[in-house]
Amino acid sequence: MMIRAKGLSTREINSAISAAENKIDIVDCFGERFIGCGSSGRRINITGTPGNALGAYLDGSEIIVKGNAQDAVGDTMNDGMITIYGNAGDALGYAMRGGRIFVRDDSGYRTGIHMKEYGDKKPVIVVGGRCGSFLGEYLAGGLIIVLGIGCNTFPAGFFTGTGMHGGSMFIRSAVPPAGLPEQVIVKQANQSEMSLIKDILKEFCSYFDISADTIYDRPFYMLTSNSKNPYKQLYTEN
Amino acid sequence: MPVDYLYPEYEVIRNYDRCINCRVCERQCANEVHEFPENAGKMVCDSSKCVNCHRCVALCPTKALKIVKSDHTFKHNANWSGKAITEIYKQAGTGGVLLSSMGNPENYPIYFDKMLINASQVTNPSIDPLREPMETRTYLGSKPKEIRRDQDGRLINTLPPQIKLSMPIMFSAMSYGSISYNAHESLARAAQELGILYNTGEGGLHESLYKYGQNTIVQVASGRFGVHKEYLGSGAAIEIKMGQGAKPGIGGHLPGTKIGGDISRTRMIPEGSDAISPAPHHDIYSIEDLRQLVFSLKEATEYQKPVIVKIAAVHNVSAIASGIARSGADIIAIDGFRGGTGAAPTRIRDNVGIPIELALASVDSRLRSEGIRDNVSIIAAGSIRSSSDIVKAIALGADCIYIGTSALLALGCHLCRSCQTGKCNWGIATQREDLVKRLNPEIGTVRLVNLLTAWQHEIKEMMGGMGINSIESLRGNRSMLRGTGLNERELEILGIKHAGE
Repeated sequence: MMIRAKGLSTREINSAISAAENKIDIVDCFGERFIGCGSSGRRINITGTPGNALGAYLDGSEIIVKGNAQDAVGDTMNDGMITIYGNAGDALGYAMRGGRIFVRDDSGYRTGIHMKEYGDKKPVIVVGGRCGSFLGEYLAGGLIIVLGIGCNTFPAGFFTGTGMHGGSMFIRSAVPPAGLPEQVIVKQANQSEMSLIKDILKEFCSYFDISADTIYDRPFYMLTSNSKNPYKQLYTEN
Repeated sequence: MPVDYLYPEYEVIRNYDRCINCRVCERQCANEVHEFPENAGKMVCDSSKCVNCHRCVALCPTKALKIVKSDHTFKHNANWSGKAITEIYKQAGTGGVLLSSMGNPENYPIYFDKMLINASQVTNPSIDPLREPMETRTYLGSKPKEIRRDQDGRLINTLPPQIKLSMPIMFSAMSYGSISYNAHESLARAAQELGILYNTGEGGLHESLYKYGQNTIVQVASGRFGVHKEYLGSGAAIEIKMGQGAKPGIGGHLPGTKIGGDISRTRMIPEGSDAISPAPHHDIYSIEDLRQLVFSLKEATEYQKPVIVKIAAVHNVSAIASGIARSGADIIAIDGFRGGTGAAPTRIRDNVGIPIELALASVDSRLRSEGIRDNVSIIAAGSIRSSSDIVKAIALGADCIYIGTSALLALGCHLCRSCQTGKCNWGIATQREDLVKRLNPEIGTVRLVNLLTAWQHEIKEMMGGMGINSIESLRGNRSMLRGTGLNERELEILGIKHAGE
């Protein structure tokens, strides 16, 4: 089914998605918000630029964007897959609980903040380029990988991992990270740690036709937190 | 260091003539105040551990116990109170931020106690609620500005989704985690029986409580704990928590020690991991951003649920509310500075925010003056202690009120303000299994139903006295209130006259 987004309200687009059988092509997309919000069991191809909150609360559908996405992609996403052949805006995957987001190029500020995990539900974000500041802020679970392709500096901005208390980040970089907050443990990932992300990297590369050789030519820095209870010492009973 | 030793604030007094060494007090006290040393041959107690929760007093079969405030004091000083001195010792000893719970206990004005309600005499006769119909049913939600009809003159239904309540009272947000499962179940069952709603707070919803969905408000806060499509779809309304009266401007922090099996699963974070709700929603820096979250929630629930935005009552509350009323939200909840909490930094609890009475009056006036009052319903919260507080709040402009502390008191809370320790002897603010089972949800439900049934009747009596037979006619009807001992500025903000005028 094809949906021409231009001139349609968000509600009309989402009703059409709900009414459609499995596969949906959305074309002429010019910033329409909330596409695929809470959707499950669909495969949604988007050509153009979807607006904010693409795939918020996504519950199992697959969304593919041929173009750039804007802010709040995959907000509180629960399950499914979002693939973006371009850039994503700010607050990508905020509070994600499961599923995967692949971004070919860059993402904005606050990528993957407050992601969580429980049992076998473990959200994953992979960004091919670089991210803005506050990457993985309050990270409570899940996995964030930043590849920094085409970037010769550290591929994330300031305050990476601030308030992090769970999960892990792998950042491919020619230079080691600097100025990380105290509770973040950083180390160059060894072979066994790299094997944890090998399959995901392979999949990411195959999606975007990236040669695996170019990925492994630089070290990956692994960021984890030193405590599940970062604020434990802060209080005095009164 | 000896300087940190403080004589206990409360003393446990035992009448040994009555004590039969049954050791009930020992078993009942999670703070381990009481013990029965073999060689002593009698019960002894360590008052320094006592939080004055009255559990032992209430369960002592021979009424042998009482708790009294210690008469041990620092030298009298009107400026340096014992409390101020003690808190400095605590912080000098630990370097920690002072942590307290429940609402602001300090001596600020309580405007509800400075307003009096009208009654009819001679003209506009009063109504007897025992004999005549008296309507307390309340609908919350955005109301259409105009009535539209089709070509044949038939009404076009443009009414956005509404919450239907038997009375203008709901249970406010208290998360599963901050309070126990049995407390949550009591609130859910009572809400169903009463035809009102309770609120999950930011801790997700336990699977076995989904069946009370029609009486549930599901909350979405900055940590987004337990938020997923099924959760959003399970309730009758969705509340976005921007702020809380007990701790405006800061987030929440449920320590890892309280994140056990069920709570861990409901919040979807690993056991033992802190549950941190950041101070702001990091995707909301403006009313436009708020609008985005409001509509993403509406999209996810197909415009079937009203969206509430809850804020703390702060200085510019009316301007903020004006923005929220234009954000697409259906309902605004305003939480005054006396609102309760399971844990908040003492300084914030006691010094940040403003009274709900002033905030409510100011918001209602502002929305009316801008012609957008019907865009939203208003819920007032932050220490509603009685049915007369409710009548006053509605006359000031509220559509409905939230109760939290009052509901917990009905469940047995004795306001010892020690929730943050997680050792609630009444089975409310704890996750310890042996303590949780002390709160029987059957009895809890009955007590909550009793309280609100009684309040509903009192509201009807007060309405009847004013000659009003529908809660709608009381809403924003400030001529039904008069102030006592208030200055002109206070009266102006409250929009009421002084008694005698």
